[in-house]
Amino acid sequence: MLRALTTLILCQFVGEVVARALGLPLPGPVLGLLLLLGLLVLRGGPDEAMRSTSTGLLRHLSLLFVPAGVGVVTQLDALAQDWVAVAGAILVSTALGLVVTGVVMQRLSR
Amino acid sequence: MTPGILWVYLESTPLLGLVSTLVAWQAAVACSRALGDRPATNPVLIAIALLAGLLLLTRTPYAAYFQGAQYIHFLLGPATVALAVPMHAALGGIRRSAHAILPAILAGAAVSAASAMLIARALGGSRTVILSLAPKSVTTPIAMGVAEGIGGNASLAAVFVLMTGLVGIALGPPLLRLVRVDDWRARGLAAGTAAHGLATARILLLNETAGAYGGLAIGLNGVITAVIVPPLARWLVG
Repeated sequence: MLRALTTLILCQFVGEVVARALGLPLPGPVLGLLLLLGLLVLRGGPDEAMRSTSTGLLRHLSLLFVPAGVGVVTQLDALAQDWVAVAGAILVSTALGLVVTGVVMQRLSR
Repeated sequence: MTPGILWVYLESTPLLGLVSTLVAWQAAVACSRALGDRPATNPVLIAIALLAGLLLLTRTPYAAYFQGAQYIHFLLGPATVALAVPMHAALGGIRRSAHAILPAILAGAAVSAASAMLIARALGGSRTVILSLAPKSVTTPIAMGVAEGIGGNASLAAVFVLMTGLVGIALGPPLLRLVRVDDWRARGLAAGTAAHGLATARILLLNETAGAYGGLAIGLNGVITAVIVPPLARWLVG
C-alpha cells in the first residue's frame, strides 16, 4: 500500500514539476494522471497493491471535497449578494452540460 | 489547564481541523443514511454545513481550520492521479469509442462553461463571481487554478464546484432518463464532464463502466477546460 501511495504521489510530483517548468496551463495532478496511465499501459495494468490503494482512495473521494467546501464561510458576502446569478448559472449550465455530453456520446457511439 | 487555555492550545495545532472534519464526515454519513440517502441529504453537503456552522459559531477563522483540514484536502492530488486505474481498466472500450468521447466532452465542457458565464452575467453577477463560475464543472484542484488564472476567486470556485457536483447528482439520473440516455458509458461520461468527481463517485457505486467513463471524463475535461476556459472567458466576459 505504501509503495502504491508513493507511486501516486511521485506521479503528482513529476506532474507539478513538469507543468511549472514548461509553463503548461494544466494542473500537476492531471499530468500525473496521464503519467500513471502511461505507466499502466506499459506494464500491462496495475498490480494488486495499486488496485486496492487507488480503489480505497477513490471510495472516499467525496470526503476530500469537504475542506475546500468549508471555504464557503470566507465567501458568504459574495454569495449573499449574487445568489440568484449563482443558483441560476449552476442549475442551468449543469443541466445543459449533462444533456449535451450524454446525448452526443450516445448518438456518436452507436 | 483552564478550558480557555486548552482551546488556545487546540486552535494552534492542526489536530482540531483534522478531527472536526473526520467526525463531521462520520456524522454526515450516518445522518445521510438515516434520512434515506437522497441527493439533498448528500454527506458532503451535511458535513460542510456542520463545519461551516461550527466555524461561524466559535468564530474560528477558516485559515485556522484549514491548517488541519489541509491534510485531507491534499489527498485530492493523489486521488486525481489514482483515477488512472479505473481509466486504464476501461481503456479497451475507450479506444473503440474515442471518436465519440472527444466530441462529447468537448461539447459538454464548452456548453457548461459558456452557459454558466452568460447566465450569471445576464442575472447581474459580479465579475469575480462570473469568472469563478467558468471552471465549475471540473475537479476542485483544477477549477481553483483555472479560476485564479482568469481573475476569479479560488475559494469561490471550490464552492461552485461543489454546488455543481450536488446539482449533477440530483439532476443527472432523471434528466438523462428524460432525454433517453440509457447507455452507461454515456451516463458516466456526462456525470464526469458536467459534475466531476462528486457525480462520478456516486455513479461508480451504481455501475463500474459508468465510473470508468466518469473518471476518464474528469481527466480529459480537466485538460480541455484548462485550455479552453481562459480564451472563452476573455471572449465572453472581456
